[in-house]
This record gives sequence, structure tokens and C-alpha cells, in this order.
Amino acid sequence: MNDNVIASEKFDSQLRRTLVALLDTMIPANDEFDAPSAGTDDIVSDVVQSMSGDAPTVVGEMLTRLNEKSSARFEDLDTTARWHAFTELQRTEGYALRTLSGVLLQCYYRNDQVLESLGMEARSPFPLGNEVEQGDWSLLDPVKARDPFYREV
Amino acid sequence: MSKQEERVDVVIIGSGASGAAAAWSLAETRMKIVCLEQGEWTKPNEYPSTTRDWEARHFTEFSISPNRRARETDYPINERNSPIAVANFNGVGGGTILYNAHFPRFHPSDFRVQTLDGVADDWPIDYETLEPYYDENDRMMGVSGLSGDPAYPPKLDLMKPVPLGKTGQALGQGFNDLGWHWWPSDAAIATEPYDGRAEYINLSACTSGCAQGAKASTDITYWPHAIRAGVELRTRARVSQILVDENDMATGVVYFDEDGVERFQPAEVVLLACNGVGTPRVLLNSTSNRFPDGLANRNGLVGKNLMFHPYASIQGIFDRPLDGPNGPGVCIWSQEFYETDLSRGYVRGFTYEIGRGRGPVSTAYTGVFSGRIPWGEDHHQHYRSMVQRMTGMVAICEDLPEETNTVTIDDELVDSDGIPCPKIDYTLSENSLKMLDFSVERATEVLKTAGAYDILTESPIAGGGWHLMGTARMGNDPERSVVNEWGRSHDVKNLFVVDGSLFVTSAGVNPTRTIGALALYVADSMKKRLATLFD
Repeated sequence: MNDNVIASEKFDSQLRRTLVALLDTMIPANDEFDAPSAGTDDIVSDVVQSMSGDAPTVVGEMLTRLNEKSSARFEDLDTTARWHAFTELQRTEGYALRTLSGVLLQCYYRNDQVLESLGMEARSPFPLGNEVEQGDWSLLDPVKARDPFYREV
Repeated sequence: MSKQEERVDVVIIGSGASGAAAAWSLAETRMKIVCLEQGEWTKPNEYPSTTRDWEARHFTEFSISPNRRARETDYPINERNSPIAVANFNGVGGGTILYNAHFPRFHPSDFRVQTLDGVADDWPIDYETLEPYYDENDRMMGVSGLSGDPAYPPKLDLMKPVPLGKTGQALGQGFNDLGWHWWPSDAAIATEPYDGRAEYINLSACTSGCAQGAKASTDITYWPHAIRAGVELRTRARVSQILVDENDMATGVVYFDEDGVERFQPAEVVLLACNGVGTPRVLLNSTSNRFPDGLANRNGLVGKNLMFHPYASIQGIFDRPLDGPNGPGVCIWSQEFYETDLSRGYVRGFTYEIGRGRGPVSTAYTGVFSGRIPWGEDHHQHYRSMVQRMTGMVAICEDLPEETNTVTIDDELVDSDGIPCPKIDYTLSENSLKMLDFSVERATEVLKTAGAYDILTESPIAGGGWHLMGTARMGNDPERSVVNEWGRSHDVKNLFVVDGSLFVTSAGVNPTRTIGALALYVADSMKKRLATLFD
């Protein structure tokens, strides 16, 4: 059984709702930039599928503690209360939150809609490659005018 | 009981920058040559740049850290007692698969540090000795760059340089404003079709392997020629030890094949090409009654004098878009602070290797984990102030040899074949620390001059042990060196070393171009002495 299957099984529908709300708190949608929330379905699915090693366990346990510490389940809190709970999470859950953050950033910033909102093409670098301007080679003229300065032996 | 292979004239251990060059050079002798490589061929269509998650894969299966990569073909390294972690790749092409192809030569002064600066030892050879082999290695690898750099003696004409781009222009202007040296980097990257390889297309992923084949890794430069010339390259062949007879002559090597079957490869000559950690590992694992402390180690120097290059990373955030990650990883270099100036508070010097920028995921990691990009509503605005707007440089600082910096064999750690693994003990010297600090200060100055409004630094780069040198050093004095001035062991006259272990000092530049040249020099020295090779 591979790690991804284990990760999917770790998050039942209730825990997944908590995860969606937490990701939406960490990176909410932004209309000005046309940037999606990290809690949208395809990004959440990518996050869950991309967790490996001990990540599903430590993140799942963190989500459970997050719900236990709040007056209601995290996803049922209003925006202000969620932010307060998340701020507390940053103070108490160093390793687990870093683990989730790493996976989230990897998945969010390879998402098609996110890349398009940044004006980037959503594709692999190969085979098309990228354009880079040659630049102004006359900038090198002052260096060319310099005498050799390596040490003679 | 090991299964015995057919006897060969030469067995080479390792197929990277040095093993490939030596194999190709020796092939013209028509000797029977086999190269044993513990890893495999890497298929170009498997490189990360062919997939959408190219950035993430750079940190997992194509990580530079063997401990993180943890492929079956890797061996673990105990590096808990070192502030710098080892970077390598185990497969055909070795470290050239994941290197950045930044390709400077040593300077003439690098071979004479004792004479010029009163530190360490002079090399037993000089720049002029190595120069024709630099040229030959350049022809085989394919090098781009620009003639006329005032920091260097004249070199062969090269392919046109990699583009400056917005990044090179911004930083070049900054260096100009300060009156400091800079120059387009020599790069082992084909900027035009070369020897059957396609030209570069600015893939931005050199350090996780080049799917285009423009970057000169030895699996696509030397090896096709060497194999056509008759050399056998045997993959998934992991050497455990070299055996010797009662006359102190190597008789061959013991290795494990892909199925874990132990085999013995008899050979007239053994060449080690496993670089600064792998080579001492094989030698120290090769104990016998004749060599109880490891092969070729009667003076106790095998594994000592380990040199990394301590690296500092200095990155700036600009208020205008630059190139982001696009381009070859290399761009320009500066050697303004390369030669010794004692008024700076340290001896020797360093090169600035100016890169491009970061991809979207790497930008996010850097911004969030350095506290510059917050979570919540402000995340997007802060992210957009960094993406495509970061660039900077690393300082490659010369590391001086010290016998207390070592590769030994770990008491417990073994690889998947049960072969004992290396342990690194390494401490940064006061000289290195002062040089790192100076490099950070001056880089900050040039980045701000070029327009950066925020600076991020890491010194030393904890994961930056790309360069592994000095652990089987060359020299004329058998008491002060492991091999002689043409790479032959002082103790075992049919055992040769051709890799970065040979380095007497590290210079302040990336070593791969010099490793290739040294391997060609040792191979040529052998060819010139075939009739008296063991005298």
C-alpha cells in the first residue's frame, strides 16, 4: 500500500472539512488577483494526495486537536474566530504546521488557476523551454577595458 | 565465495566526471576496460523538467542529498558532525547529472598557495601542466563563455555565452557601479548544437537534470564515445573493496550486482573515480593483513583533509520583475575578491556565482519560511512582491586542507548491500568564517547598489556540500600524500585515483572542470608509461 492511499484514508469527510477550512484560512481567495482559495476542491485533493511519510498522521492529529480546542468545530467558526484559532495553532503546532505548509505551498503554486493568475504558463518547462533576452552586452565594456589582474606565478 | 568475472586490463570504479574522462582517454590503448557504476542510467524523459511538479521533485527523488533522495542506488552518509551536508548523485554521469554546469578553471595561483601565501601545500603540478587537459576536457564537454576575461589567462574560444537576461543586466550594472569585476560565466552548456546534443532552451532546471541534453553531463558527453571505443560500462555494480596480493599489488575488486550477488572483477589496474567521499570509503573498507588501516593508507592520510567549499547565499528582492527561474542556472560570475588580500582579514579568496531566480514554489517556501509572506488576506500581495523579483548569488569560498576534517567509516551505518558507509567530521575554520562574512557583506553591497531593497542570506549553506575534495591528495612526498604527482598510489603501484580526492587545495571555484582535466592528465600519464607503469 503506498503512502498516497494511506493519506487519503487518514482524512474522513469530517476531517477533510476541517482541512478545507484551515487551508482557506491560510490562503483565502483574492478577487483583485483572481487567485483561488487554497480550500478549493482540486487544491485540497492535491494536498491530501501529496502527503507522504508521517505527514498524514501529524496533520490529521493536528486537525483533531484544532477542533478539540475550539468552542465549535473549526469549519463552523466565523472568519474572525477561525483566524484566532489559526493564530493559536501557529504558536503551538510547529512541526505539524510546517509539514502542512510545505505541502500546501507546493500544491498551491503548481495549480493551473494559480499560475494563470500570476501570468505564468501552466506547463512543464520541457519541451518548450523559456525565452530569456540576451541583454545589453555593452555593459561589459568597462570590464573589458580592465588590465588582467590574475596573479602571475 | 564471489562469482569471478573475466579478467580485464583496467577496472574503473565510478562513471562521473573523472571516471568517464579516464575511460574515454584510456580507450585508445585498446586495453580491455570495464567501469563499475553503482547507479543506473537516467532517462532524459524522467527528469523533473518534463513534469508539472518539477520544483517539488527537485527536493525528493532528484534531491542533491543522498540521505534525502535515499534511492536503492544511494548510500547513506553520517553527517551529523558537520555543518555542511554532502551533495552528490549516484548514477551514470555522477554529480554532473545534478550540477549547475558553472564551469570555471583554477587560476595559476591556485597551484602555488604555499609559495604565494604560506598556507597549505603547493600542488606537485602547475596550471601549465594541466592547461592542455583543460582544453581537451572543454572540447569533450562543450563549453560556452566569452574570451578575454581579465581574471584569467587566455583560454580556447568557446561557444557563445549564455544570455545576460534582465538578471545579468541588473547585477552587471551593480558591479559596474562599484568598479568591480564581473564576466559571463563559463558554462558546460551547449548554446549551439554540439557533438550531437541540442542547444539550450532556458529550461530553468539544470540542477535536477537536463531533459534537453544541452547541459554537459558525462553520460551524454564522454560515455557515448568511450562505449563506441570499446569500454564496457556495467551499472548496478557496487564495489565493496579492492583486494591485494602479498606484493602489495591490487588483484581486482569485489562488487555486488543488481541482485545482490557478490562478484569479483580481476584486473591488472584499478582506477578510483568515486570522488572525495566515495573514494576514501572504498579504500578504508579495503582492509587486509597488508593494509590493516585501509588500502593505500600506510601514512594514515586516506580520508583526511576533506575540503568542501563553504558557500554563502546572498539573495536580493527587487522592486521590478527580473527573469525568475528562466534561463540556464548560470549567468555571470565575479572574481573581484579571488586573490589574497590580507587586509580583508583572511587568506585566499572566493568567486561569486550569480544565478537567475526562483520558481513559484521555491519563492513561496523562501517567503513564507523567512517570515516575509504571511498567511491570510495579505498572502497574495506579499507573494507578488517577491515572485520573479528575487535574484542574487552564492560565494564559493576556498577551503584550506586540515587533517581534522575527515571521511571515516561509520560504526553502524551500511548501505542496501551491507557495505559500511561514510561518516563526516568537519569544522569550519576561522579563515573560512571570516571569508564567508566578508563575502556576505560585499554581496549585500552590490545587490543594494543594483536596486535590491531586501536581502536574504544563508551562511554557510547547510545543504551545500557539492564539492568533495582532498581525501586522497596528490604529492611528491609519500609521507604527505596518498598518490604521486600523476595519480598513482605510493603504496600500491597498480592503483590510481583520478577524482576530486586528488586535490591538494580547493581553490575558490567549482571543481568539475579541473576534475575532468586531472582525470585526462592521469590517464595520459599512464599511457605515456605503459611499459613501466608499475616501476
